[in-house]
Amino acid sequence: MSAIAVRDLRKTYGDYEALRGISFEIREGEVFGLLGPNGAGKTTTIEILEGYRTRDGGEVDVLGFDPERAGSAFRERIGVVLQQSQLWPNLTVAETHRMFAGYYEHPRNADEVIALVGLADKRDARVKTLSGGQKRRLDLGIALVGDPDLVFLDEPTTGFDPAARRAAWDMIRSLRSLGKTILLTTHYLDEAEQLADRLAVLREGEIIREGTPAELTGGSSETEIRYREDGHEVVIHTSDPTKLLHQLTAEALAAGRELEGLSVRRPTLEDVYLALTAEHTE
Amino acid sequence: MRLFRHQLKWEQRLFWRSRESAVFVFLFPILLFALLTAVYNGHIQGRPAAWGLLAGMIGYGAANTAFAGLGITLVARREIGILKRIRATPLPPTVYLTAVLFSIMIVFAIQVVSLFALGRVLKSTPWPSHLLSLVLALALGAAAFAALGLAITGFIRSLEGSSAVLNVIVLPMAFLTGSFGPTRNYPQVLRAIGAVLPLKYLLDLINGIYLHGQQFWDKPLAIGVLAGWGLFGMAVALRTFRWEPREG
Repeated sequence: MSAIAVRDLRKTYGDYEALRGISFEIREGEVFGLLGPNGAGKTTTIEILEGYRTRDGGEVDVLGFDPERAGSAFRERIGVVLQQSQLWPNLTVAETHRMFAGYYEHPRNADEVIALVGLADKRDARVKTLSGGQKRRLDLGIALVGDPDLVFLDEPTTGFDPAARRAAWDMIRSLRSLGKTILLTTHYLDEAEQLADRLAVLREGEIIREGTPAELTGGSSETEIRYREDGHEVVIHTSDPTKLLHQLTAEALAAGRELEGLSVRRPTLEDVYLALTAEHTE
Repeated sequence: MRLFRHQLKWEQRLFWRSRESAVFVFLFPILLFALLTAVYNGHIQGRPAAWGLLAGMIGYGAANTAFAGLGITLVARREIGILKRIRATPLPPTVYLTAVLFSIMIVFAIQVVSLFALGRVLKSTPWPSHLLSLVLALALGAAAFAALGLAITGFIRSLEGSSAVLNVIVLPMAFLTGSFGPTRNYPQVLRAIGAVLPLKYLLDLINGIYLHGQQFWDKPLAIGVLAGWGLFGMAVALRTFRWEPREG
């Protein structure tokens, strides 16, 4: 079963084509990452799926609903973490959770959710006294308090320090183990690589690559071999590294030379991403 | 209905917990009344000055609470993303806004009762004799100002400016229409400006009922003008009200 199905989705703002016909599918229980630089169309996509924006073309199915026309029944089943939003500074963490819990037919217990997002020791603290990372966890808590099947996370760790980011990743993994479907946008590669079962790379409103993190790094790209010869750096890209390496080392051995600084490297997701997103932006 | 009661309860808690709203929206007209009655003597419209000032402060309170207070609250919530966040929950937008409006009406009602009680204690002002008429007048006035408050949020772009903009509207309006004392001796042009403002007609209603023993329906012109301002506010609000902060 797919939780989200998007076909040929288009959106324009005035003359600007924000989305130029993208298609993808997210299965139930999957963590799907939308990866791309700023302005690629990630937030536009996620906000169309959340029901905030109308589309100009294409078809969208989210949990069996068209988000453009869906009402409370749809919103019972989704949880949303917006890219930027604040909450009431004068309410406590527990009060904020209880207030949001009241909007749902079958909410989760507020204290359980507070514990899940790691705010148990802050449960009676006013929101204005929380740190940035704690506020983000509160955002996640109120997204989960309605016990949603599908959670939208729009750049959930932007602005975090490394420790807070690790903690957030653990939390997202624990959501996955609860069986939630998660759509995540990010411009951090390591985040996408760590969390997503599958991901799509978005650039200028188009999906330019889609697959598992391993497929993205393994599928198309070549192995890089580097060494120094007479003081020059030699870089060779090959799709047949075993044979080439054998030839190189055989020649060097026969000539009694050393292949100085020899390294054999598989491209990381970062290399793939940078190569992909750089192609047209220069 | 369950959602409405839930939201109303939380709106009340939010209002009273915020020092800004509790002081500037709720307490300010009451403090002003205490100050003005201390310095004004003599008579207003043939009644002791304190009676007239009490009526004036109730009118000012309606504008300050239902128009400025509501407007500032909604702009603040919009700009920090709370309104947008609420839209992602099953709470229907109409239920949300209705609860916000009711909550501000409750604040205004408590404010009016407090003003009457304070007047009684300080200057022995009488309780209103035509209670139903007064309630109708205040409900109409507060509803009209709330509609205008919804409407103006569409024209305020930032959180920082909102309280300044709304006070620049409300304070001169209160002054020009006679909330702070009679306008008889104002220059013609100022009185002409005052004559088109909605607060003038709410004050006409309150003065008629409280000072002169009239009934709500004895002032059809005032009712008509207030209702007109309210409908105008509603029409503008339907076109300009936004749930999301401006991009970027």
